[in-house]
Amino acid sequence: MADNSIEVKGLYKIFGPHGEKYIQMVKDGISKDELNAKYGHVLGLKDINIKMPSAKIQVIMGLSGSGKSTMIRHINRLIEPTIGEVIYQGHDICKMSKSELLKFRRHKTAMVFQKFALLPHRTVIDNTLFGIELQGVSRGEAEERARHWLSRVGLDGFEDNYPNQLSGGMQQRVGLARALTNDADILLMDEAFSALDPLIRMDMQTILLELQEELHKTIVFITHDLDEALRLGDRIAILRDGEVIQQGTGQEIVLHPADAYISDFVKEVNRGRVIKVDTIMSPATTPPTLQIPTGSSLEFAAKKLTDSNETAAAITDTSGAAIGEISMKAVINAMVTPATY
Amino acid sequence: MSLKDMLPDYLAEFPKMGRADLRDFKKGIDESFRVFTRENGETIENFFYPLKMFMVWFEKLLLGTPWPLMIAVLCLLVWFGARSITMVIGTALALMLIGYLGMWDDTMRTLALVSVSTFVCIAIGIPVGILMSKSDRIQAVIVPILDIMQTIPAFVYLIPVLMLLGIGKVPGLIAVCIYAIPPVVRLTNLGIRLVDKDVLEAADAFGASPRQKMLKVQLPLALPNLFAGVNQTIMMALAMVVVASLIGAHGLGSNVLKAVNNQYLTLGMMNGLAIVAIAIVFDRVSQKFGKRLQKHSEKVHG
Repeated sequence: MADNSIEVKGLYKIFGPHGEKYIQMVKDGISKDELNAKYGHVLGLKDINIKMPSAKIQVIMGLSGSGKSTMIRHINRLIEPTIGEVIYQGHDICKMSKSELLKFRRHKTAMVFQKFALLPHRTVIDNTLFGIELQGVSRGEAEERARHWLSRVGLDGFEDNYPNQLSGGMQQRVGLARALTNDADILLMDEAFSALDPLIRMDMQTILLELQEELHKTIVFITHDLDEALRLGDRIAILRDGEVIQQGTGQEIVLHPADAYISDFVKEVNRGRVIKVDTIMSPATTPPTLQIPTGSSLEFAAKKLTDSNETAAAITDTSGAAIGEISMKAVINAMVTPATY
Repeated sequence: MSLKDMLPDYLAEFPKMGRADLRDFKKGIDESFRVFTRENGETIENFFYPLKMFMVWFEKLLLGTPWPLMIAVLCLLVWFGARSITMVIGTALALMLIGYLGMWDDTMRTLALVSVSTFVCIAIGIPVGILMSKSDRIQAVIVPILDIMQTIPAFVYLIPVLMLLGIGKVPGLIAVCIYAIPPVVRLTNLGIRLVDKDVLEAADAFGASPRQKMLKVQLPLALPNLFAGVNQTIMMALAMVVVASLIGAHGLGSNVLKAVNNQYLTLGMMNGLAIVAIAIVFDRVSQKFGKRLQKHSEKVHG
C-alpha cells in the first residue's frame, strides 16, 4: 500500500500584506497580540510540525481562533503558507506549480466542509459527481460512481433532490459522498460534523469509522469537540493560538495532559472509553478465568468484570494468549478523574 | 447692496477663460473631431457594416412574416419563457389590437431594434461583467464609465454618434446600446461577486480550474442577478426608442416624435401605449424565465 502520510514541517502563517517580513520576529517570540497591535498582522500558525500517519485519522483539535481551519487549508493549499513545508509522497505541496496543484487537488485530496458548501443549483447526484466531473470522468461512469457512494451514506432515492430540500444531516451526507466519490487518498474534514445536532453527529461519526475500516484513507479531521476527537482520532494534535501544544494518541493526551489548559479540557472526558486495558495491565500471573481482548476500553472491561462477577481478568492478544491481567480495583482507579492535575 | 459689491472683482465674478480662448478651445476640439471623422468615418462605418446588415435582415424578416405567423411565433416564445396561458392570450390580444390600430409595421421595426440591441448588449455586457468580477482594478475603471453612460443626457452622445455615422439604423442602435448596456454589465459583475465564498472554496478544493469555476459554479449561481440585468437592459432599450428615432431609428418612436412635433395627442398616446404593451410582455416573460432558472431554490426543507 502506498504511503499516504503527510508531514507538516516548520509551517508558519502570518496573515497580512507583508507576512514574510515578520517571520523572524515571530521566531524570536513576539506575541500574537503584539504583532497585531504594532504591525497589523495576524499570526495564524506558528512552527507547526505534525506527522500525519498514512491510512489513519489525524485529528486537529482546538477552540475557535486556534488556527485549526487555517492548518487544514495548507494541506491542499487553499491558503498559501508564509514559510514551511507540507510533504506528501516526497513532494512539497507548497512548492507545486499551479497545474500540479490542480492535479493534486483533483486526484489526491477531497474535502468536507463545516457549512457543507454544496452547489445549490445542482441536484444531489450532480453535487456528488462534481469532483470527478472536474477530473474529466465521463458522465455515465461518474453517475454510477456517485450513486454507489450516495447509497453507501444512506441517500438512496434522493439523487434528484436539490440540497435545500434536505436536512442538515442529509446535506452533510451528500458532502461526504461527494468527497468519497473522488476516490482520493487524503480526506480533509473541516469541522465536518460540527454543524449537526448531537445524535446525527454520532451517526455520522459511526458512518465515517465504518467506512474508514475498509477504505484506509489518510483523514485529517478538524474539530473543537474533544469527545469527537477522542472517538475518531488515531492521533490528535491540539492547537492553541496557532501553536501545537500537544500531540499524541487520545489516551496519551488524557493520561498525560501537557499543561493546565489541556488538563482542563480532558477533565470532563469519559476516561473509561478512552483508556485501554493495555495501559494499566500488570504482568500476567496465574491466569484468571475471564478473558478480555487487548485494545478493549476500561468501560468494556468493567462491564465484563461486573457481569461475570469477577475481580480480575486476563488480557489476551489476538491469538488468545494471555499478555497481562487487570483487577477491578485498577480499572476503577484509572477511570476516576484525578482530583488535581 | 449685495455681498458681491463689497468684494474685489476676482472674488465676485468667477475668473473665467477669455471669450476668444474659450471659442478657440471649443472650435479646436470640434475641428479635430471633424478631421478624425473625415479620416476614419469610412473605417468605422465598415466596422459596423455587418451589424447594419444583420439589423436590416432582421427587420426585413419581421416585416416580411405574415401577421398570423408572427403572432403565433411570439406567443410560442412567450409560452416557452413564462409557461403561462394568460400571458400568451394577453400577448396575442395586445398584438392584434396594435395591428388593428395600424401600428403593425412600426411595432415590428421597434421590435427588431430592441431585439438586436438587447442581443448586442448581452453579447458585450456579459463578458465585460465577467472581466469586472475577476479584477478589482478593472471594476474600478469600468464602474465610472457605466456611471457616465447612465447619467449623461442621451442627446449629448447622439452628437458624436451622428457625426461619425450619420443618420440611420446603426447610429440608433448604438445610442440605444450605450444607454441600455450598464444594467447587464453591473448585475453580471454583482451576481458573480455575490456567489457564496464557501461554495467557491469547495470548487477550489476539488481542483476546479478558473474556467471550470466560472462555467460550473459562478455563472450558474449568478444567473438570477444576471437575468435581472437582462430584464433591465430590455426595459431601458425600449425607453430609448423615442430618442433613437431622432437619429433615424424608425418605428413606434418616430411616430411619438412626430406626435410631439405636431401636437397629435392620439397618435402619441397610441404609439406610446404600444411601446408599453411590448415592454410589459418582455418584462413579464423575462422575469418569469429568470425565476424558472432558480427552480432549485423553490422547495425548501421544512
